[in-house]
Amino acid sequence: MPSPTPSTVSLLVSDLHKSFGSVEVLKGVSLKACEGDVISLLGSSGSGKSTFLRCINLLETPTSGLISVHGEEIKMTKDRRGVSSPSDARQVERIRARLAMVFQSFNLWSHMTVMENVIAGPIHVLKQPRAEAIENAKDVLERVGMYERRDYYPAHISGGQQQRAAIARALAMKPEVMLFDEPTSALDPELVGEVLRVIRSLAEEGRTMVVVTHEMAFARDVSSEVIFLHHGLIEEQGDPVQMFTDPKSTRFKEFLSNSRQ
Amino acid sequence: MVVIFEYRQILIEGTLVTISLAVLSLLLSVVLGLIGAFAKLSPSRGLRRAGSVYTIFVRSVPDLVLMMLIFFGGQTFVTQIGSLTGLWGYIEINQFVAGVLTLGFIFGAYMSETFRGAILAIPRGQIEAAMAIGMKPWQIFRIVTWPQMVRFALPSFTNNWLVLVKSTALVSVIGLHDLVWNAFSAGRSTHKLFTFMTAVMVVYLVITGISDLILRIVDRKYAAGVRRA
Repeated sequence: MPSPTPSTVSLLVSDLHKSFGSVEVLKGVSLKACEGDVISLLGSSGSGKSTFLRCINLLETPTSGLISVHGEEIKMTKDRRGVSSPSDARQVERIRARLAMVFQSFNLWSHMTVMENVIAGPIHVLKQPRAEAIENAKDVLERVGMYERRDYYPAHISGGQQQRAAIARALAMKPEVMLFDEPTSALDPELVGEVLRVIRSLAEEGRTMVVVTHEMAFARDVSSEVIFLHHGLIEEQGDPVQMFTDPKSTRFKEFLSNSRQ
Repeated sequence: MVVIFEYRQILIEGTLVTISLAVLSLLLSVVLGLIGAFAKLSPSRGLRRAGSVYTIFVRSVPDLVLMMLIFFGGQTFVTQIGSLTGLWGYIEINQFVAGVLTLGFIFGAYMSETFRGAILAIPRGQIEAAMAIGMKPWQIFRIVTWPQMVRFALPSFTNNWLVLVKSTALVSVIGLHDLVWNAFSAGRSTHKLFTFMTAVMVVYLVITGISDLILRIVDRKYAAGVRRA
């Protein structure tokens, strides 16, 4: 990997720890995503990969560690009991708007149509005029093949279509980094393909993404780097082709042999 | 029936008192209910406890007792504060205000249970999606929570409203001239209590019928995206 100049580092996480009560789920995980990087996070359930992703945009509050987006570090404070929390709520909101997230269970707002879901963020967070937001929404909805379904409510479309709409909602924010939290895990097998194709095409156009996934083929073919988490620590990381053809750690070897390819 | 027509003026006045009492109490109860619901769902243990004390207290004391406590107790309280600070002498608490405060306070507790349940019925993921897109807390409330909360709360809200309308009859014990009080005195003086109570019944049925109509319209407005089985 060419060594990047600081300005091209989109997302930097270093030595992230997270405990739930007395259970330490993340024991110091670091990640560096440069512009255009596609990083796949692999690991068996309970390895902490989803928690790690949710810490990046502060849906979970890390116990300690440093997160910065394009060089802007998220300010954290600790109270008297040592419980850490973000010190500037406005900053967290600003940074979240730059990091779009796609969830396992889509999480579309069920009382709004697909179109309303896509324009809500641009209108209320980015303060775009409604007409402009609708114009942009048209582009992103066409991009994911959902423009014809723009007036449908989430309950009336399939899971694959809901997830594509959710990806459009994320794209409408023009994010610097996209976070995917197991985007195909809640889908029926025959619907996985349509969603993966969309994510793959986003990766190919050079978007910076961090993807928690169980899709081995996707991780191998699309990512620029693979990180394998085990019990809250990075067990192995590197170039996908090299890792999949010649895994170094026993844990990752086991993981690969237990996963369907 | 002629006698009802003769007394229409005081019946209409009573009906207006009943309706305005019910509507104002409802507004107060919605405000208290929202505060109570968010207190009970708050991460702060103190707020949660305060919310529970409120609902448990109201639900375990009879409405009539609460009403007399607030009306007579409030009277003494206000007068004592006045004499302690020397700012005012004897102030008579308006029965209408006392009625609104009491009913609003009582139904605020029921509303906070209604709203709490409705907020819990919204999938947590939808709130997270709003956070993840960078919305501020009040935007999340206005754009995501409120429209869905109304829909989930509506059946129980309707029930609370109907009970509230009927509970307004209790204010006649503190001497407020509502529909029941007026009809009762007219019925006694004309010795036609049954006729007047029948008229009262009809008025309450009409109020209920109209509110049912209005709430149906609200339900249709907030049912967007609901899959009808």
